[in-house]
Amino acid sequence: MPAIAPRVNEMKYVPTIGLEVHVQLRTASKMFCGCRTSFGADPNTNVCPVCLGYPGAMPVINEEAVKLTVVTGLMLGSNIGAYSKFDRKSYFYPDMPKNYQISQYDKPLCIGGSVAFDAGGTGKTARLCRIHLEEDVGKSTHMEHFSIVDFNRAGSPLMEIVTEPDLRSADDAIAFLAALKQILLYARVSDCNLEEGNMRCDVNCSVSPEGSATLGTKTEIKNLNTFKGVYNALQYEIARQIEVVSQGGKITQETRRWDPDTGATYSMRSKEEAHDYRYFPEPDLLPVVLSPGTVEDWRKSLPELPALRRARFQSRYGLPGYDAGVLVADRDTAEFFEAVAAIQSNYKAVSNWIMTDVLRVVSETGKGIAALRITPKHLADLISMVDGGTINSSAAREVFGVVLETGQEPGIIVSERGLSQVSDTGAIDEMAGKVIAENAKSAEDYKSGKKAALQYLVGQVMKLSKGKANPAMAMDALKKRLDAGG
Amino acid sequence: MMDYGAMTIRGVSELLARGECTSEEVVRGVADTATRADTAIGAYVGMDVEYAIEQARQADKERRAGRSGPLLGIPIAVKDVLNISGQPCTCGSRILKGYVSPYDATAIARLRREGVVFLGRTNMDEFAMGSSTENSAWKVTRNPVDTSRVPGGSSGGSAAAVAGNEAIAALGTDTGGSIRQPAAFCGCFGLKPSYGRVSRYGLTAFASSLDQIGPMAKTAEDCAILLRAMAGLDPMDSTTVDAPVPDYASAFRPGLKGMVLGMPKEYFAGGIDSAVLSKIREAIDLCIKLGAEVEEVSLPHTEYAVATYYIIATAEASANLARFDGVRYGARSASGRDPLEMYCTTRSEGFGTEVKRRIILGTYVLSSGYYDAYYLTAQKVRTLIRRDFEYAFRRCHALLSPVAPTVAFKLGQNIDDPLKMYLGDILTISANLAGICGMSVPCGRTGEGLPVGLQVLGPSLKEENVLQVAYACDRAAGK
Repeated sequence: MPAIAPRVNEMKYVPTIGLEVHVQLRTASKMFCGCRTSFGADPNTNVCPVCLGYPGAMPVINEEAVKLTVVTGLMLGSNIGAYSKFDRKSYFYPDMPKNYQISQYDKPLCIGGSVAFDAGGTGKTARLCRIHLEEDVGKSTHMEHFSIVDFNRAGSPLMEIVTEPDLRSADDAIAFLAALKQILLYARVSDCNLEEGNMRCDVNCSVSPEGSATLGTKTEIKNLNTFKGVYNALQYEIARQIEVVSQGGKITQETRRWDPDTGATYSMRSKEEAHDYRYFPEPDLLPVVLSPGTVEDWRKSLPELPALRRARFQSRYGLPGYDAGVLVADRDTAEFFEAVAAIQSNYKAVSNWIMTDVLRVVSETGKGIAALRITPKHLADLISMVDGGTINSSAAREVFGVVLETGQEPGIIVSERGLSQVSDTGAIDEMAGKVIAENAKSAEDYKSGKKAALQYLVGQVMKLSKGKANPAMAMDALKKRLDAGG
Repeated sequence: MMDYGAMTIRGVSELLARGECTSEEVVRGVADTATRADTAIGAYVGMDVEYAIEQARQADKERRAGRSGPLLGIPIAVKDVLNISGQPCTCGSRILKGYVSPYDATAIARLRREGVVFLGRTNMDEFAMGSSTENSAWKVTRNPVDTSRVPGGSSGGSAAAVAGNEAIAALGTDTGGSIRQPAAFCGCFGLKPSYGRVSRYGLTAFASSLDQIGPMAKTAEDCAILLRAMAGLDPMDSTTVDAPVPDYASAFRPGLKGMVLGMPKEYFAGGIDSAVLSKIREAIDLCIKLGAEVEEVSLPHTEYAVATYYIIATAEASANLARFDGVRYGARSASGRDPLEMYCTTRSEGFGTEVKRRIILGTYVLSSGYYDAYYLTAQKVRTLIRRDFEYAFRRCHALLSPVAPTVAFKLGQNIDDPLKMYLGDILTISANLAGICGMSVPCGRTGEGLPVGLQVLGPSLKEENVLQVAYACDRAAGK
């Protein structure tokens, strides 16, 4: 009797995804000691008794790290706990100096919040569970017969953003991460440099039949440090789980590891083997009690969210949606635009200059906009000179290049290089007289009704002025003389 | 030659000030005495005489340049749990063999600034876990009063050094009585400051919410001088308290007029050796004679203190001692094929029995599913114990009791009975749980000639109260 194939294969499965995003904060010193956080130093040089877990050494809270975490929470609409504390999370690993990590267990700095993201044209929102602060571990490298550890990173401030299981696909996950990254950059809480490990992700994922009220058993994939890794690992894991479940199998609750070389996830440890972290309050630190006034001050200093700023750029400055999107993509660019717009009301010209000329230089040099020698005042002046007729647009590009090189005032460059249009009535009138005298034939033609001859005479004035005469003024001067019979 | 080791800080300081001796002579004198006496006592685990002489010469040089101060050029002994830059710090444990500290503990740095000379490191129970110094990995320390007996613990080496005239004064640490009990057993003064009074930075942690560094000395005044130099806010220890540090010694008065002293009835309820009790009664009578008003008070949650203490202290210790893994410093086992195995063999070989017992206990009470029943409950009881004291201190300036229920016991007598050893801490541990200050004041000897310590407990940050009682009793007894 032929086997009857189960119909479950036709069932549609829906993934449910939650992320834990670890973000290295942009502080000068480590979370609990004065060591520098800089990347790329020689191994084990940014270390001290505290971050090496020496006997007797004690942690002291880095207040800047607390501020940056709370600022992140405020940007993302979290509730800021009036009382927060640090806890010890115990497990043994050679790159963890104390064999416990100072983290936050039941009283994180921020609770709730959300991130809006654009999932292929559809606006979606993922809720946040919490944001807490902890210390990073060192970095192990495994050689053939031994392992080595670099503790430079150990003790760096690490913010962990935990989402609710609100994401539905790998695309969702990376769209969420891109939106989060933009906000973190906006808030200037992290450099979000993925190559330097500034953002690392743990991914929780399960699948369940479409319409099912209960979620499937989840797995956790640890330590994904690129968005591409998150995407590929999720694509693989979702397919793997659907495959298992659709064939009547069961997903084991476990921690898995993503191997980018093979493009697959592998079991690391099951729930039974999971660590018992034995959390308890860190007795070496006092609880963090933030006064409402402090939090309010931080709230007041928050930058606008990129999405809101984009809308405002359209309404306030009358910019097209495309322009607004390009200008707000990066906070420094948006702020540069606003600084120019504060003193230069030709907003579209400002936008054009930034989008074409300034951002071209930014991408060519790899420097941030703030590092360029051109200031908002320079650009505003340049646009005023074009609009006011002092220089023409080709001269303006030349001036722009010189400002970038030298940081000189555009006005000075124009006069030093003699780039300004001649708008001196006397000088132009003089030149007009000279041109008429030297071109009697054309003057006569004009007088006899051949109006086109005037254009030729204007051209002669321009030539005489080496292109600097204001053409409109030259025409006026010529007309005046010719009409008067001169 | 003078027996400097038998002298007080105050006494030596006066000789130095008058130019009758140099710090170098004092250091050499104390080192000689200690070296000779220590073969019988075993108070020191290490003495770096060259290092001490170098510091002494520096102090002498500064004195010649016009500097003065009560601690300038005074050598002291330090419990082997405090980090001194360039010196070993083994905490009485094999697992820290070979470790040389790269930094000064804050208390050490502050004393160094005052010109103190660090002569040597004293023996202790491994990681300060014990009440007899028998848990040291290195050696036996004997009570100088009766060498068949323990010096108490865990700061037994410091107490024996001071009582045996091998040190002018010493530093100890007290997590559940580790300064007060050995001071009582050996017959010297020992002060456990209030939690947060002295920075713990550089004190190798046993139980972070209970540990304190304190002075052990021959007089209340010497304790006051050392405390004043060490105490106060430290940016490196967030649990230190930002409160002014008084000049304790200059405020000493001869009597106790106007002071109300409480006798916690639970501390006299039974189980105290009659010989101890009679000396304590005499001391209390002396306090009354000196003008104090003495009354009975109650600390109703006393019976839970030992259980509470052994949950909190072991829980914290289980995490604090996790860092001793052989990866970065100290001893590493030669065997072990992977990190996990290396941890296991290193820690199995490196830690002694009592330390292992407490790590296991502490790991257990923090385990998932047991946390609420043990650790959380213990924290709640701790609050009740703290409130008991707050209530008693509404009226009383200090509380009086014995330090320990017995005099120094014989070496080996309790070593196989950890519970009995733990119960010996019953009168001292509540002060650590409550964060208050306490002192052991010698109050005579029993018929057998063994010292008895009067425990004086004071409110948080009121070290001046306990020092005043100690000073007045000492002064009156000396007459």
